[in-house]
Amino acid sequence: MLEIRNLHATVEGKPILRGIDLTVKPGEVHSIMGPNGSGKSTLAQVLAGHPAYEVTDGSASLEGADLLDMDPEERARAGLFMAFQYPVEIKGITNAYFLRSAVNAIRKARGEPEYDTIDFLDVLDEKLKVIGWEDTFLNRSVNEGFSGGEKKRNEILQLAVLEPRVAILDETDSGLDIDALKLVAEAVNNLRSPERSMVLVTHYQRLLNYITPDYVHVLHAGKIVRSGGKELALELEAKGYDWLRQEAAVAG
Amino acid sequence: MTAAAIDRSVDSAAPYVRAHEAFARAAGGPEWLQDLRGAAIARFGEVGFPRTNDERWRFTSVERIANGRFAAPPAGIPAGARDAVGRVLVGEAQEGLVATCVNGRFAPELSSLADLPAGVVVTALGEAIRIHGDLVRRHLGATAEIEDNPFTALATAFLEDGVFVYVPKDVVLDLPIQVVFVATGGAQPVVSHARALYVIESNAQVSLVEHYVGAGDRPYWTNVVTEWSLGANAVVDAYRIQRERTDAFHTATTAMRQGRSSVLSTVNFVFGGALSRHDIRAVLDGEGAECTINGLSVLRGEQLVDHHTTIDHAKPHCNSWELFNGVYDEKARGVFTGRIIVRPGAQKTDSKQTSNSLLLSEDARSDSQPQLEIYADDVKCTHGATLGPIDDRSLFYLQSRGIDREGARNLLTYGFGAEILNSVSLEPLRARLDDLVHAQLEYRDHL
Repeated sequence: MLEIRNLHATVEGKPILRGIDLTVKPGEVHSIMGPNGSGKSTLAQVLAGHPAYEVTDGSASLEGADLLDMDPEERARAGLFMAFQYPVEIKGITNAYFLRSAVNAIRKARGEPEYDTIDFLDVLDEKLKVIGWEDTFLNRSVNEGFSGGEKKRNEILQLAVLEPRVAILDETDSGLDIDALKLVAEAVNNLRSPERSMVLVTHYQRLLNYITPDYVHVLHAGKIVRSGGKELALELEAKGYDWLRQEAAVAG
Repeated sequence: MTAAAIDRSVDSAAPYVRAHEAFARAAGGPEWLQDLRGAAIARFGEVGFPRTNDERWRFTSVERIANGRFAAPPAGIPAGARDAVGRVLVGEAQEGLVATCVNGRFAPELSSLADLPAGVVVTALGEAIRIHGDLVRRHLGATAEIEDNPFTALATAFLEDGVFVYVPKDVVLDLPIQVVFVATGGAQPVVSHARALYVIESNAQVSLVEHYVGAGDRPYWTNVVTEWSLGANAVVDAYRIQRERTDAFHTATTAMRQGRSSVLSTVNFVFGGALSRHDIRAVLDGEGAECTINGLSVLRGEQLVDHHTTIDHAKPHCNSWELFNGVYDEKARGVFTGRIIVRPGAQKTDSKQTSNSLLLSEDARSDSQPQLEIYADDVKCTHGATLGPIDDRSLFYLQSRGIDREGARNLLTYGFGAEILNSVSLEPLRARLDDLVHAQLEYRDHL
């Protein structure tokens, strides 16, 4: 589904990713963990096509299509979704209007008929049921005046509506209180399917108490230094990240 | 000002001072009105047209108006006026109340004032001066001060007709009143000094929409003064839609005096005019009064809009909210100056002022300045301004959801307007304005 090979990326000439290899198969949930500055969020941004990052080497493909060759909107249409760590406020545009614009842009690109306002309300209704939320967000301007938790939930609502093949959640858990975390985790679990893969980028193990990953990877200094099952997350929780620096020092 | 500068300003004022003599003789009217006009022309003759070395006119040169040699408008209803009214009215004209002025003169044949509720007056200002003299005299020129702005002085000097609305105590009008100001050019450029007076008594409630529109194909200048007087607990929902021709000049003052616990909301749309200057002054003259003044300007070419707002918190416990958004493309320019005065003793004032400008081209420009004058100590006054091109973070966010770059730009630009459109509570009007904003953004001609 998602294939990343030897991915290198820089921001303003400074190397951040130094050779990432990752294979995510359909239906799998991978968690990428690591300390601040390890490159976790950069990986998410690079995959989504953020223009501030330059890919200097390697490849990334989604269902065989070269992601790095696509504009951000083409990646979304190809089935990639990133939940932003810091979602952006859009003045004047309601969530419902925004979501319909996004869904229709994707449907149009795929040659499918666009939804009108009425049909789309039914689509939204159905998606809200899947994630078990009410429609309180729909008539508010996108993220404007939302609390931190509401913004994160709004990202998950978009994930539900856009139905991507691969969803990357960039620190969706940070800044959430435990109730909001449970709501988000439950929604994400409802959105898991054999056809959809997920990559959870997170600093803390806490989210993984509620969403069980198939694989955990530890990122350090722009490389994956360890991979394992869900028990690796518990080990990280117990040991912290300091051992990474020690291992790096020994290796160096 | 240097002596030479004063001379030039007064020179360009001289033709108006001369024209006023003949005008005043012909117009006549009660003594108080003649005194009001006399004081106004004396003031204008003294100060002349404003110049850019006056702080209040720093960003807006009115040289083209001062040098323009504008004549008095032709009498009668020129061809095209009826079409212009039809073009701007929202909803079926016969369903609501419509008061039309052509070149500043009330036009009964283009108005629709059947079924006025008992006690409500919507009529020609000239007629109201004759029939409701005492009422008009109490309010006319009471809030729009001739010392504030030379254009206000000039309009007051040539005051003769316009629109008068009176909603007595406790009357709630269900249908909005639409007031249309049509301007037409003549063989040479003309100026019309239009006037409106709206007196809304205590506990009365009304919605009112002002349309400004041009007919014909000649340049012209509209110089208008609108005054509002709101009694205690009066509730007013007002809209102003400026769709003048893009070669027209528009200078305007709206002055509002609010009584105790009255609530006034006004949304000001600017799409037209080569140069559009609008001074808005609200005097919160009773405890607990509240006003909301919003605006949206969508301009391109070499259009200029200049909003000058003054909110005078004269009494305690009053709230004022201001939000002005502007979208400027090509060489368009926006100016916003927001003055807030909190008088001594006006404690618990709550005031918020925001101006946002979206610059779609490198040649577009916007200037914004707050002016806070606070003479009370237990108040909350905030102001903020943003200015710049479309935000890259927002663009990426929308692109990452599948919307292409151009679509994302359009959506974000429209959102800028929609933030103000969302404050329009009259539904048919909101839909019409939504169309107008789209037309403006897509460069479809609708003026």
